[in-house]
Amino acid sequence: MPSGVITIAYIIASAFFILSLGGLSAQESARRGNQYGIIGMAIAIGATMFHPDVGSYVWLIFLMLVGGGIGAFVASKVVMTAMPQLVAMLHSFVGLAAVLVGIASHLAPNPMQGAELIIHEIEIVLGVFIGGVTFTGSIVAFGKLQGVIRSAPLMYPMRHKLNAGMIGACVILSGLFLGGSPGTSLTSLLLITLISFVLGVLLVMAIGGADMPVVVSMLNSYSGWAAAAAGFMLSNDLLIVTGALVGSSGAILSYIMCRAMNRSFISVIAGGFGVEEGTVVASSSGETGTVTQVFADDTAEMLSMARSVIIIPGYGMAVAQAQHIVRDLVENLRKQDVEVRFAIHPVAGRLPGHMNVLLAEANLPYDIVLEMEEINEDFPNTDVVLVIGANDIVNPCALDDPSSPIYGMPVLETWKASTTIVMKRSMAAGYSGIDNPLYYKDNTRMLFGDARESLNAIVGSLS
Amino acid sequence: MKIGIPKEVHPEERRVAAVPGTVVKLKKLGFDVLIESGAGIAAKFTDEAYEEVGATIVSDVKSIWSDSDIVMKVRAPEKHPKLKKNEIELLKEGGTLISLIWPAQNQELLEKLAERKASVFAMDAIPRISRAQSMDVLSSMANVAGYRAMVEASNHFGRFFTGQITAAGKIPPAHVLVIGAGVAGLSAIGTAQNMGAVVRSFDTRPEVKEQVESMGAKFLMLDFEEDGTGEGGYAKVMSKEFIEAEMALFMEQAKEVDIIVTTALIPGKKAPILITKEMVKNMKEGSVVIDLAAEQGGNCEATKPGEVTTFEGVTVVGLTDLPSRLPTQSSQLYSTNLLELIKLLGGAENYNVNMEDEIIRGTIVLHEGEITWPPPKPKVVAAPPKPEPAKEPEAAPAVEPAAPSKASLLSDKRLWMVAGVLLLGGLGSVASPSFLSHFTVFVIACFVGWLVIWNVTPSLHTPLMSVTNAISGIIVIGGMLHIAGENSWLAAIAILIATINVVGGFLVTQRMLKMFHK
Repeated sequence: MPSGVITIAYIIASAFFILSLGGLSAQESARRGNQYGIIGMAIAIGATMFHPDVGSYVWLIFLMLVGGGIGAFVASKVVMTAMPQLVAMLHSFVGLAAVLVGIASHLAPNPMQGAELIIHEIEIVLGVFIGGVTFTGSIVAFGKLQGVIRSAPLMYPMRHKLNAGMIGACVILSGLFLGGSPGTSLTSLLLITLISFVLGVLLVMAIGGADMPVVVSMLNSYSGWAAAAAGFMLSNDLLIVTGALVGSSGAILSYIMCRAMNRSFISVIAGGFGVEEGTVVASSSGETGTVTQVFADDTAEMLSMARSVIIIPGYGMAVAQAQHIVRDLVENLRKQDVEVRFAIHPVAGRLPGHMNVLLAEANLPYDIVLEMEEINEDFPNTDVVLVIGANDIVNPCALDDPSSPIYGMPVLETWKASTTIVMKRSMAAGYSGIDNPLYYKDNTRMLFGDARESLNAIVGSLS
Repeated sequence: MKIGIPKEVHPEERRVAAVPGTVVKLKKLGFDVLIESGAGIAAKFTDEAYEEVGATIVSDVKSIWSDSDIVMKVRAPEKHPKLKKNEIELLKEGGTLISLIWPAQNQELLEKLAERKASVFAMDAIPRISRAQSMDVLSSMANVAGYRAMVEASNHFGRFFTGQITAAGKIPPAHVLVIGAGVAGLSAIGTAQNMGAVVRSFDTRPEVKEQVESMGAKFLMLDFEEDGTGEGGYAKVMSKEFIEAEMALFMEQAKEVDIIVTTALIPGKKAPILITKEMVKNMKEGSVVIDLAAEQGGNCEATKPGEVTTFEGVTVVGLTDLPSRLPTQSSQLYSTNLLELIKLLGGAENYNVNMEDEIIRGTIVLHEGEITWPPPKPKVVAAPPKPEPAKEPEAAPAVEPAAPSKASLLSDKRLWMVAGVLLLGGLGSVASPSFLSHFTVFVIACFVGWLVIWNVTPSLHTPLMSVTNAISGIIVIGGMLHIAGENSWLAAIAILIATINVVGGFLVTQRMLKMFHK
């Protein structure tokens, strides 16, 4: 196939990818968007098959079948609550692939020289570096989300200096890589790879579990940039376009997340934004008081007496796999003519939009699931708010305690409702490790226990 | 420590400062509770009921005052009709009294109590902050008054409140206007609404509109820009023009509605006249005006405080003891408010008048004989003025993040822009044309991605992320281009894992999206 045709195919594939992202902007067109993505990918891979550089077809198709099989298997088996881990894991694959392509590209014979060669080499270094950070960073994120690695931010002295030092070392090594003989070049490239691996680990280790939504979308962005860098080294526009699309979309997504948490975007991209140095994460305000405890049957009664109820799901609901029983509760209440709505904080869960996916899985109609801005004004008119395993996103400290680490983050103002019932395992602090004065408010009731068991008991006494 | 509950001496006062339920809790806090014989009778709590929960019944008035460390009452001390002595003189020297005091109006009372070296908490002076809500007597009594106001109205009104269509003809619903949507007003609205009346309400504070509407009533708007929100959740005095517009509205409403409930109070001032005699004259025969501000002079010109009168065929109710007319309910609420204050004071074991506490500081009017009223101005208002109608998209975070110093250096936009231009210029001067064309594509693609993503609804962020993840598996092409070269094993691994990504990402997105439904 002439290279012109392949280029045209690439252009068509890029168009499909853009349509795909555009389609995902609304519920109605989302599925079509995904299909566009699949078509684009099929065209891209199909066209590449005819590229003069591609050979050993049997081997190639075998690899793709195996990879596809594994992918399909994982996709069909994963439970929706484990979605964040899955996405993080998949990011690491892109990162690793970028590293491998970069090294392979370096080893491949290359006719270039002069400035062109230098630019090519810089592209390789960038691709390998970003890919390496993405690879190990995603693995650490996966570990934290899976609970294999402790989710609390790992703090070590001189964190930023150490990171800067490593980046500096990479720059020096790049110099060696650019100017050196083939032997030193390869050694320095491998060293850069190694340092980028370490850097990826350190960057994400320093970030607390509560910030994982940002981390995941940031890694998403990095994986895009890695693909774009690979596109540059291979002079492949399709890779460049797609990588840039993914990179910028991930960056914006993280920017949106940052805004939702009121964090500086720059410090996120730089990594290690878990906690600003110097602030002590502890029960900051020292405000303790008595909590009022309720039990499932009281809760059921309050809910059935209410005219309007808002449910705020958090990570606790995901952990307890309670979304289906929440659906039962909602159906039950709606039958009794109680208006039930959901309020979703932008950073609820461990992945942007995590809660929406879980609620959708439980077959809850998405028109009663509202965003924070849509519903925050309605709390004063709400009789009962049910908080299921959420903590920091309903913490009034964010609004009124400037010493709090989450100060300035917009939160769901549940305390303005007549009554708030908080379902929680115990009085332990939330992911960000700070105390929540909401629990001590006069109009707050605590319902202790596993979310699923408590909800079961509530539904039981309702029906 | 002993808490004493004397019988109220004010005529027609049926409330009592402790009910059996709160006696149990006071005992748990370590107090001995003395109850004057018959104290709760008017509120339907018998002496036996108190005895059952462990209170001591005392029949001698003098000893209940002199034996108690803390005396809890409803009304402020006044002359005892039987003993011909003021209750103040009965209070133990250095004792503590908790009751309604109205210190602003009762300077003389304060001075007399000061002579007894007393500590006095004025329940009417509880600061109106959210932490003090459980002790807010004014709110709990206003709630009862609002409810009772509607019951009184219904009592004097010759018709149903609810509209009905019956075999004997059609019954129109009663139309009710509630002026002032504070606690009492809202409670009146709710009660009238429950009884089936059609309710509308007016208030000078626009932010209560939502609350009124949440109770199911219609909020009357004046075509006039002025916010009447004053301190402590009360309204303030309005401008002359505003009042004129308001009066015109009331005149118009008076002709239409059957029942008017007025609840307008401005702290420390005589209640404003809102319903003139002229307006009452314009009301239909048999209509009812309930004036909840009668004690402060009344909102209606025709009101006679403490009395039910008829003016031009309209019943004007100026009763000042509405809470006392639901004595059981009021006593329960009032005694719970007292209990919460006692809890705040630390109970019997840790009893401590902590003058640093905002609630205690606001409530205490006499501390060991020293007048501590008025307290320093509280900082917090009960109902903070509403921020903004908040319809603009950018209204979300009003607070600028406390940017770390590092970020402020990094975010100096001009510096970045100059650096960017220099870098690009340098690049342009050395790079090959093919690189630059790739670079063009790259920059344009970044912008496309940027524009496309802004529109994504937050609920789709997870599917979006998994789809972009699948798409970033495009790096498989990079592997494919190297598969035939040397070191093909590197490319092979890249292809393998990138395909996992592609297939897995798309399929899982598909699975997720299937679940979204309307």
